[in-house]
Amino acid sequence: MVKAKHDVVVLEKCPTGIKGLDQITKGGLPKGRPTLICGSAGCGKTLFAMEFLMRGAMDYGEPGVFMTFEETPEDLAKNFISLGFDLHDMMSRGLIATDHVYIERSAIEETGEYDLEGLFIRLGNAIDSIGAKRVVLDTIEALFSGLSNAAIIRAELRRLFHWLKDRGVTAIVTGESGDKMLTRYGLEEYVADCVIFLDFRIDDQISTRRLRIVKYRGSSHGADEYPFLIDESGLSILPITSLGLDYPVSTERVATGVPRLDAMFGGKGFFRGSTVLVSGTAGTGKTSLAATYADAACKRGERCLYFAFEESPNQIIRNMGSIGLDLDRWVKKGLLKFHSARPSLYGLEMHLVTFHKVIDEFNPQVFVVDPISNLSAAGTASEVKSILTRLIDHLKMKKISVFLTDLTHFGGSLEHTSEEISSLIDTWLLLRDIELNGERNRGLYILKSRGMEHSNQIQEFLLTNRGIDLIDIYTGSGEVLTGSARVAQESKEKASELANRRDADRRLREQESKRKALEAKIAALRAEFDAESIELHLIAEEEQKRQAVLADDRLKMMHLRKGDPLAPQAKRTKKKRERREN
Amino acid sequence: MKAVSRGKGKKAKTDPAEEIWNLRLYVAGQTPKSITAFANLKKICEEHLAGKYRIEVIDLLKNPQLAKGDQIIAIPTLVRKLPEPLKKIIGDLANTGRVLVGLDIRSV
Repeated sequence: MVKAKHDVVVLEKCPTGIKGLDQITKGGLPKGRPTLICGSAGCGKTLFAMEFLMRGAMDYGEPGVFMTFEETPEDLAKNFISLGFDLHDMMSRGLIATDHVYIERSAIEETGEYDLEGLFIRLGNAIDSIGAKRVVLDTIEALFSGLSNAAIIRAELRRLFHWLKDRGVTAIVTGESGDKMLTRYGLEEYVADCVIFLDFRIDDQISTRRLRIVKYRGSSHGADEYPFLIDESGLSILPITSLGLDYPVSTERVATGVPRLDAMFGGKGFFRGSTVLVSGTAGTGKTSLAATYADAACKRGERCLYFAFEESPNQIIRNMGSIGLDLDRWVKKGLLKFHSARPSLYGLEMHLVTFHKVIDEFNPQVFVVDPISNLSAAGTASEVKSILTRLIDHLKMKKISVFLTDLTHFGGSLEHTSEEISSLIDTWLLLRDIELNGERNRGLYILKSRGMEHSNQIQEFLLTNRGIDLIDIYTGSGEVLTGSARVAQESKEKASELANRRDADRRLREQESKRKALEAKIAALRAEFDAESIELHLIAEEEQKRQAVLADDRLKMMHLRKGDPLAPQAKRTKKKRERREN
Repeated sequence: MKAVSRGKGKKAKTDPAEEIWNLRLYVAGQTPKSITAFANLKKICEEHLAGKYRIEVIDLLKNPQLAKGDQIIAIPTLVRKLPEPLKKIIGDLANTGRVLVGLDIRSV
């Protein structure tokens, strides 16, 4: 914030003490000036004014005057009691003064000029009697219905507001909202410094109160419509903007309760204090996952608050028994607390208040809402978002881990929460149906997880009697298969692999026998060849022997003839022999 | 109730059956409107209620706490305390006819 150099010019503010209002007005109402609170009947104007006075008197030491034009002090006292304030006690202690201005038109005749000095005197007297710093006029518009000379009233109102400023009291003036104007008689004309509009709307039979700062001269302020609620502790405005995004963060990781799921987050699970959303269609196992997470938290000895919008605690405990979770023991130990309520039981604001109250009472480390989609029965999507934003901010401030489930409707996009809160979510798990071959199986994957590595795989999500299990999905042969199809595919693959192996063996054997046959052939040929060469060798030997015999014979013949052993003889002989052989 | 009476009223004690008109005029200081109102009231009373009225003038600047009792918001305000029922006329009482209607004085 920019520090003003001249403190004199800075608008001084008067804290109202109303929860949230001082944040959106950045300090309160303009001090020493009148503020107009307008709205339709029953929107909470009087309560607003009352709480302003009460908080001022009790918490800020500023006594106040309540000038009522409609209700009697007795009625006022009753109304104060409903806020937990004892008006009579406050009056006897000199902290609050009341003055009931009652104008009975039928008993009043107007003739000639007059002014409203009497009102000024009464107010001045009341202020002086207790040294009041705050004044409420509820609602000064009654003057218009009580008196007929509107010109005089207008002039006097102008004077009154100047007079209030001169007295330096911080005033609240209430006014009923008009057709085209903020107030029926145009009070906003006189009260120019700060105008707050209260709205009371009924959508789908559920009422919502909203507050808007129409103008605030000399100050910045939240410009949105803020839902607010009225309960036994007064008004609560829970602005989104006032909480901001400066909550502490933790690097501690907490287990999800499903080891395989932890593994998908690098083996460590979620961050503590992070917001986890599980969305999926009906029957995909959201509640089981939530219950498993709660169970894991209780096993760590942490406290878990479980808001159930669909089922009663007993039903959840019974049903979770079927997947092997014994939640009852945690309830008995006081670690697990269920809070079941129908979303349409009351408006969103009351839900938020209930959240806050129970959270403050129970002080959990883990907070489960199952499912948030049901909240939309109690308000519009944007309202649910604002409620959840504020809730999540609040929980993050307290470092509470949040686990939300969201029911996605069939046909709707899965990655689109009905409440459009994806931006608020740190870790988002999607559970989806995988329909194939006449059966339905569940798949789980991580859509996003801020600040940690996470698996991109779709896992098959199994609910067994020992809890939740995740299995790798079958992704062979370009298909994604789950359930029995996965099993069938796996066995089919096994069979075909076996057949393949047999085939290969058979071919190997064939090859072997072929090789053996070939070798046998080779051996036979070689044997034949060997036999032939042996024969040839024998023939050659025989021939040699024959030659040797021939030569011997010839020598013998020559010897007998006593002839000249000449070569031509031998040559001729050789030729003869060759002819004979051929 | 403490009141500042100027004692201008004439007390009619001759006939007890006749009603005493108890009138109270609230003012805040000696403003022109207050003075006019008082003069007008005096005149009307003398004309229509001679001898049987009593006027109390209350200055709220001096006794501010008295404003609450009679539910005074406008100045000047004339309150008919008696006879019952209570009636109020606000303004400077310039219109005699309306004052007579407001005070429920039957024209004699």
